[in-house]
Amino acid sequence: MRAEPILKVEGLKKYFPLEKGFLRRVVGQVKAVDDVSLRIGAGETLGLVGESGSGKTTVGRCILRALEPTAGSIQFQIDDDLTVDMARIDRRELRALRRYANMIFQDPFYSLDPRWTILDIVGEPLKLAKLAAGAELEERVAHLMEVVGLEAKHLRRYPHAFSGGQRQRIGVARALATNPRLIIADEPVSALDVSTQAQILNLLSDLQSEFGLAYLFIAHDLSVVEHISDRVAVMYVGKLVEIAPKDQLFFFPKHPYTEALLSAVPTPNPDVERKRIILPGEIANPADPPAGCYFHPRCQYAQARCREEEPLLREINPGQWASCHFAEELELVGAPR
Amino acid sequence: MESPEKVNAQLPDLATAGVDDDAIEYLSRGKLIRRRFWRHRLARLGLPVLLALYMMAIFADFIAPYPAHTRLKGFKDAPPSVIHFGLDGNPFRPYVYARKRSFHPETFREIYTEQEDEKFPIHFFVRGERYEILGLFKLDLHLFGVDEGANITLFGTDSVSRDLFSRTVIAARVSLFVGLGGVAISFVLGCLIGGVSGYLGGIVDEVIQRIIDLLIAIPTLPLWMVLSAAIPREWPVEHTFFAITIVLSIVGWTGLARVVRGKLLSLRDLDFVVASKLCGGSDLYIITRHLLPNFASHLIVTLTLAIPGMILGETALSFIGIGMLEPGVSWGVLLQDTMNFGALVHQPWKLIPGVFIIVTILMFNFVGDGLRDAADPYSL
Repeated sequence: MRAEPILKVEGLKKYFPLEKGFLRRVVGQVKAVDDVSLRIGAGETLGLVGESGSGKTTVGRCILRALEPTAGSIQFQIDDDLTVDMARIDRRELRALRRYANMIFQDPFYSLDPRWTILDIVGEPLKLAKLAAGAELEERVAHLMEVVGLEAKHLRRYPHAFSGGQRQRIGVARALATNPRLIIADEPVSALDVSTQAQILNLLSDLQSEFGLAYLFIAHDLSVVEHISDRVAVMYVGKLVEIAPKDQLFFFPKHPYTEALLSAVPTPNPDVERKRIILPGEIANPADPPAGCYFHPRCQYAQARCREEEPLLREINPGQWASCHFAEELELVGAPR
Repeated sequence: MESPEKVNAQLPDLATAGVDDDAIEYLSRGKLIRRRFWRHRLARLGLPVLLALYMMAIFADFIAPYPAHTRLKGFKDAPPSVIHFGLDGNPFRPYVYARKRSFHPETFREIYTEQEDEKFPIHFFVRGERYEILGLFKLDLHLFGVDEGANITLFGTDSVSRDLFSRTVIAARVSLFVGLGGVAISFVLGCLIGGVSGYLGGIVDEVIQRIIDLLIAIPTLPLWMVLSAAIPREWPVEHTFFAITIVLSIVGWTGLARVVRGKLLSLRDLDFVVASKLCGGSDLYIITRHLLPNFASHLIVTLTLAIPGMILGETALSFIGIGMLEPGVSWGVLLQDTMNFGALVHQPWKLIPGVFIIVTILMFNFVGDGLRDAADPYSL
């Protein structure tokens, strides 16, 4: 990991207004993402995990401006000497920068236009960035197909002719087409079965070392993230609760929520006795979060202070940040070694 | 076009013969759609029948032996002519007998008897009344006819002695094209209003949707009646015709607007649209390249299925006397003659225009079904 991050997100917020009635009166805000800051170095993978509803997908979409962020800055280094703020740049200029970052989607069935051939789908970013056309486009798409492990002769097929795993490879090929520096992978394997998951994960890490890609890898379970990440960030109700290098986070978690997630990671060794932490209740409602620490209603270590005072994200160990009042005191159980 | 059985029969051969499978893959989407459509047996029946009906409507004056308003003196409520074959030694030469009218001694109903000694051959491509085709050519050629002294009434005559076959053929013009015209207007209104509603969202969407709710809640028939009542009776037939299409489409666009809005909303947030945006696609690019192709097929199907509704609407209006009126001719107008029970019992041929309506509606539905099957992108 290099010192200078290629992506530096500061204080990212995305609020969705809650509207009511015929006149769409705004009656509240859903704070889907509330003050998230993170960095990704060149060629690095940052895993972003959390339950569904924690706002991780929204973070990914805001970074690439698929959604308009409410506040915050997104410094994206598109070149060695050019850094832009993705949050402020206007839409026309933004279109010219699309080739430097792209996204892999969760659902391989909805992320490919059913009326387009594979050639059109994978070639779309190249065409829109005016990087290739005609025979050259076809050649490059054919090459991309081989890079992601598909046969180039199927270029004129439609997505329906492919399996879920193959479709996801097509999605990867599209994301790779313009040689981006950053790829946001939004749960790229959650919709696939386990054997296919491993294939796609291996493909992604091969591509990373080959092309020096940086990933923001969004997932809802830690076992997938463990495989591919350098660092891991954990989100809960729109906020980061812990961010740390992978091993640090896995073996020495500093936030009770991370501990609970870790206890759900399956272990290959059947002799290891483990205590599953079953979190009571549901994830808090981001439109009406609890006072104090958002996690306190479900936290087994919660004390009076947690109900009143909101903890700040602070550096507990070098590189390891957590937002828990008792991060130093608690003896939390990490993943079994 | 190859028949589907033939295509199916060939597929295993191709596979076993080791032919490169690229040959099968590389069928374009248009070809695939056509093939799928053709595989739908009822649609395969519907399309030619509809084409024939529309050709009949366009060349109505040529096909009809008599103009719509010519009265065949003394042939009130005459049954269909019987066509006999075999004249002058040619066994296929068709002819009709001259008919003589008498009255039933008790009911005074007309009785027509064939005069077996007066044979009149049916001539093809005969000269008759002048007419215009498509407002371009003046012609006096008719498909068939008989000489002076007899007449040929394939579907019988109506209560004022006019040839029902000629009238049915000529009425097809109004009845078939009112559907197209109405749907065309609905299409523009529906796409525009539905598109605005779905694209802008917010209060605009809310207001438009409530207006549509309101329009749908009004019973169609009274609404049509109110609007038709506003059409001045002294207008020429063509103006009335145009007014009727507008009346029909004022109610008809709501369904289409809902479809367009719904499709737009559901497609707008799909991942492949987001993906295209992330690749740098502009709004216009996304609408024309991703959204439209994905619901164009849906629109075509909706339109095909909307035409029968328009045709039925015109028929209903004309039948109850507030749509087309005499001297206009539409299938609904022709059916007015069947309003009294006596006609149904003693002159059943007057229902023939109804058969045309039923066939047209059925064929449109078949074709719509076929199109729906063919256009579904997920099973292509």
